[in-house]
Amino acid sequence: MTALLGKDLVGLEHLSPDQIRLILDTAEPFKEVSERPIKKVPALRGKTIVNLFFEASTRTRISFEFAEKRLSADTVNVAASGSSVQKGETLVDTAKNLEAMRIDMVVIRHPSSGAAQFLGNRIRSNVVNAGDGQHEHPTQALLDLLTIRDRYGKIAGLKVCLVGDILHSRVARSNIWGLLKLGAEVGVCGPDTLMPRGIEQLGVCRFRRIEEAIEWADVLNVLRLQLERMERGFIPSLREYYRVFGVTVERLDRAPRELTIMHPGPMNRGVEIDSRVADGSHSVILAQVTNGVAVRMAVLYLLAGGRPELAEAANRAAAPPPE
Amino acid sequence: MRPLLLQGGRVIDPSRDFDRTTDVLVQDGKIAALGAGLGSPDGVDVRDVRGKVVAPGLVDVHVHLREPGNEDVETIASGTRAAVAGGFTAVCAMPNTDPVTDNQAAVGFIVRQAARAGLARVFPIGAISVGQRGEHLSEFGEMVAAGAVAVSDDGKPVVSSHLMRTALEYARTFGVPVADHCEEPTLATGGVMHEGLVSTRLGLKGIPAAAEEIMVGRDILLAELTGGHVHLCHMSTRGSVELIRRAKEQGLRVTAEVTPHHLTLTDHACEGYDTHAKMNPPLREAADVAALRAALKQGVIDCIASDHAPHAYDAKEAAFDDAPFGIVGLETAFAVAYTELVLGGALTLPELIARMSSAPAAAFRLPGGALTPGAPADIVVLDITARWTVDPANFHSKSRNSPFAGRTLTGRPVLTLVGGAVVHEADGTTL
Ligand SMILES: [Zn+2]
Repeated sequence: MTALLGKDLVGLEHLSPDQIRLILDTAEPFKEVSERPIKKVPALRGKTIVNLFFEASTRTRISFEFAEKRLSADTVNVAASGSSVQKGETLVDTAKNLEAMRIDMVVIRHPSSGAAQFLGNRIRSNVVNAGDGQHEHPTQALLDLLTIRDRYGKIAGLKVCLVGDILHSRVARSNIWGLLKLGAEVGVCGPDTLMPRGIEQLGVCRFRRIEEAIEWADVLNVLRLQLERMERGFIPSLREYYRVFGVTVERLDRAPRELTIMHPGPMNRGVEIDSRVADGSHSVILAQVTNGVAVRMAVLYLLAGGRPELAEAANRAAAPPPE
Repeated sequence: MRPLLLQGGRVIDPSRDFDRTTDVLVQDGKIAALGAGLGSPDGVDVRDVRGKVVAPGLVDVHVHLREPGNEDVETIASGTRAAVAGGFTAVCAMPNTDPVTDNQAAVGFIVRQAARAGLARVFPIGAISVGQRGEHLSEFGEMVAAGAVAVSDDGKPVVSSHLMRTALEYARTFGVPVADHCEEPTLATGGVMHEGLVSTRLGLKGIPAAAEEIMVGRDILLAELTGGHVHLCHMSTRGSVELIRRAKEQGLRVTAEVTPHHLTLTDHACEGYDTHAKMNPPLREAADVAALRAALKQGVIDCIASDHAPHAYDAKEAAFDDAPFGIVGLETAFAVAYTELVLGGALTLPELIARMSSAPAAAFRLPGGALTPGAPADIVVLDITARWTVDPANFHSKSRNSPFAGRTLTGRPVLTLVGGAVVHEADGTTL
């Protein structure tokens, strides 16, 4: 059957609200798989998946790899360092080679925006975007959505503010699309130097002070501030960034309501987020990591043509015999 | 060479507001006479051009012919073949070749290669700085003596204001314009498209309009300081238009060009990471396109130039960040402009012809752009009813990188004469 998501998952911008809900709903039964002693279902048995990482990323790659293995797929990891990529092979040659090897799916992380779509347009295999440049990181946003839904039982009507480097963040873009499509109100907060042009026109509220964002929001999704932003002059110092934009216990104590704190990781403690906040009761950061595997299982399963109503049955069938 | 009579065409000579149906007699490489019933001298080659438009050969003051150095993607022969197919009888070749055209020998090489090809006239543009490194002035005097008609470091901006100042001053002795690619590098570095909502959505690094306008403003101030002639290449923003308007009102020696693509496409063409829409300056917004069209109509922007920029067939087959800037334009320039601007109501046909022939010739003080008796017979015959679909596989250029592939356009050069010689005749169906 044709997959309900289309051939590739490049981003959330072009998914419908129903498609996003479908992924989240399909992730629910897969959550349980990871809680079993034998964490495996046969849903993708016989499928070959290449994890093609042109950019270092330990946690996203590991999360995808767990998702693939728990679905019983055969996986190969290709990292940029030491691969033909560094020897000057172009993306189009990489695509042609993958096509020639008749693999079923490619999970791609690439420093150039549009790389996942580029690959998807040129090979028959399904392509999953694991982060392309500053464009989208759809599975991260999906796991963020799932985590919010777990916590509140809904997404519509919630106020979610993304804090930090929106300009360079693919996580921010995917979150904005996903949250807006599911009916949340979305805020963005950070210095103007880290805000992309025209961001308000996407339908988000703009906050220049973290205090205002905290007063407004139900959920803060605190983005990682990369060190090189300081080196390139977007902010004067990490110290001042923390003073002005850091999500601290003191600031959260003044919030009119209990906030939920999210972070896509890896965290810079004491830069964008106070350690006491990251480890505190507001934080759902580890729940995000857990949900990451389930969401990626759902995406891979659906792209492979899996039927959502069968996901649960597939799990049951594969459950270990009762002791 | 046999005399040639173009019979019964609509003859438009924008250099003197001439627009009527008449005959044109070409003899000894020159326009011998204009008028109805010129008769037919013995042995004359009579061409029935009823229903067609007879205009001065088009003039393009900004092309990249890639020779020497990158002959795989274009040569002077293939580039001028593309030019005459597009109705151009004269093109100005930018000096960002390899090696850079920054001395008299290099200029002479281009002149000789163009003569050998025997198609369009090629007027070399010499580099402003040695190696286009932005440091030391090239030898303008020797380059002009060898045939250069302007100086430019195009491909790159002139970063140093001091260098731009001295170039404008020094060029005055030789009476040539200094053509600048206006781009403030610290704002533009790493940018791959216009900075705006589309770049935000695509997650691509933008080049703000201000990166161009700062340099336009600077160049205008330096033109005022020096009295030199600055020519502003490929203008793309409404802010630049306003700066040029004011400069012209002040009477400064400022001329400007705009490309067919900046007059017709916006940053939305980059959607889907279409690398054929990657150019520098980038495609801007609808309001910029509207301002550029109005400026062209009013003469605030003097002329259309193609910025013909060939690239290898696979160079654009890359991630957007990695693809080169630029598109080929010689073979689509007239049809794109005619379809979008004339049929779209922004310009009249005589205005378009002026902006593509007499105006660029005047800006660079080139011969051509006129159909006066005694002038060299550089003539194009245009079929303004022909509809054709752009198929880059049919280009005479060696390169195929066009954002207009698949577009159905109206208007096509069917006959091109350079110095009275037929250098291009359309086969009737394809360009
Ligand atoms: Zn240029």
